[in-house]
Amino acid sequence: MSKIIDDFKYAGSHEWVSVDDDGIATVGISDHAQEALGDVVFVELPELGANVNAKEEVAVVESVKAASDVYSPLTGEVTEINDVLADAPEIVNSSPYDNGWFFKIAISDETELDELMDADSYKDHCDDE
Amino acid sequence: MGKRTPLYQQHLDAGAKIVDFAGWDMPISYGSQIEEHNQVRNAAGVFDVSHMTVIDVSGTDASAYLRHLLANDVAKLKELGRALYSAMLKPGGGIIDDLIVYRMSFGYRIVVNCATRDKDLAWMNSQAYGFEVAITERPNLAILAVHGPSSIDTVSSLLDQVKRETVAELKNFRGAEFGDWFIARTGYTGERGVEFIIPVDDAVNLWDKLLLAGVKPIGLAARDTLRLEAGMNLYGQDMDESTSPIISNMVQTIAFEPADRDFIGRAAVTAHLSAQKQANSPELVGLVLQERGVLRAGQRVTTDKGEGQITSGTFSPTLKHSIALARIPSGSTTCQVNIRGNALNVRIVPPNFVRFGKKVFE
Repeated sequence: MSKIIDDFKYAGSHEWVSVDDDGIATVGISDHAQEALGDVVFVELPELGANVNAKEEVAVVESVKAASDVYSPLTGEVTEINDVLADAPEIVNSSPYDNGWFFKIAISDETELDELMDADSYKDHCDDE
Repeated sequence: MGKRTPLYQQHLDAGAKIVDFAGWDMPISYGSQIEEHNQVRNAAGVFDVSHMTVIDVSGTDASAYLRHLLANDVAKLKELGRALYSAMLKPGGGIIDDLIVYRMSFGYRIVVNCATRDKDLAWMNSQAYGFEVAITERPNLAILAVHGPSSIDTVSSLLDQVKRETVAELKNFRGAEFGDWFIARTGYTGERGVEFIIPVDDAVNLWDKLLLAGVKPIGLAARDTLRLEAGMNLYGQDMDESTSPIISNMVQTIAFEPADRDFIGRAAVTAHLSAQKQANSPELVGLVLQERGVLRAGQRVTTDKGEGQITSGTFSPTLKHSIALARIPSGSTTCQVNIRGNALNVRIVPPNFVRFGKKVFE
């Protein structure tokens, strides 16, 4: 049974979002996603400062088994990327919701958050797959 | 629900993730496939490969029949227990399957792939006309492969004295029969190790003992990265009925001598071999990508001689970069692959990457 964090928001394509008080969203992939991918060996992250659109492919996570696109759940500017993943991509497997985060975005349209799923809806979404 | 090996409950108990593999419910991994891979390179792991098909061939014409059926020559098997890798070809040279054949006290034992079981048995029976042979599938035998640098020491500690002393002396590609047990120094990883072809109940018992002795269970995912590092072909992926062994890095497994041995596919592969010497016909090579990214089966590659295709690709846990097998025009010296819009240079190397835990190509 994969783990889902109650306070996070989720996209149908299995990214999670956690928004802090300053309107900065941290984005990663869910426990369900990392389990499905298996051992992660490379992560390609967006450029720092890039302006990204919601549902745009902005990163790639590559496991032994498969390559998978990562979509930005929100529109905004990339303010930080998790450089640690370059040398230690396996952190995505061991800590998907914490040390294995991918990038941070300064949100430009907060209403997009309403289009994301809460934990309960995301659980149902995973169960349906 | 798919077919299950006798070890199914053992896999669940070990925390396996089960997937469908050609109609069988098989363990893909018990956690991290990279950790399982490294376990086999560094210590010892056990694979349940009981889904593979064991076929015994006996009768006065067993040798003559197999010398006709197989591209390699069972006459090379001078002693009991010896093993030979061979293709089984169609008359046109396409590969029906690849297999291991052992010489046994009763004749020969063949282990073929599971996905090809039905067509293999049908073909073998159809070609038996005129030979006095019995072709008998052995579904009540399980196969455990125990591989890794410490595998033989650990296995030996679990065997009775007679088996222990015999296994300690076994050289690569040799095996020994002990009643209904057969133990051979064969496998699919590029490491030292043994395979047990033994009755189902004994296999369950042995599995439990191996795990207690510290041998770790290894799933099909790690089996695939191990075999690819060892440069071993996977049937259905690197070769099949549409490919000749000549373009599948299998020419060494065809016994052209003696010249009067009439094996199925002989005329075709002889023609394929001379055609390859003359033209830029395809060959199966190894590829190495040192940049970030993973080569995948099906990706197109471009060489200085034309186009090719990756047949198997993965991230190599031992080398920590991507490796692949690819069918490309022979004589190619440069090769590029396109990954997500970037043309990346890959090196062409002999199709053999890791043996006994060490990198083997320059």
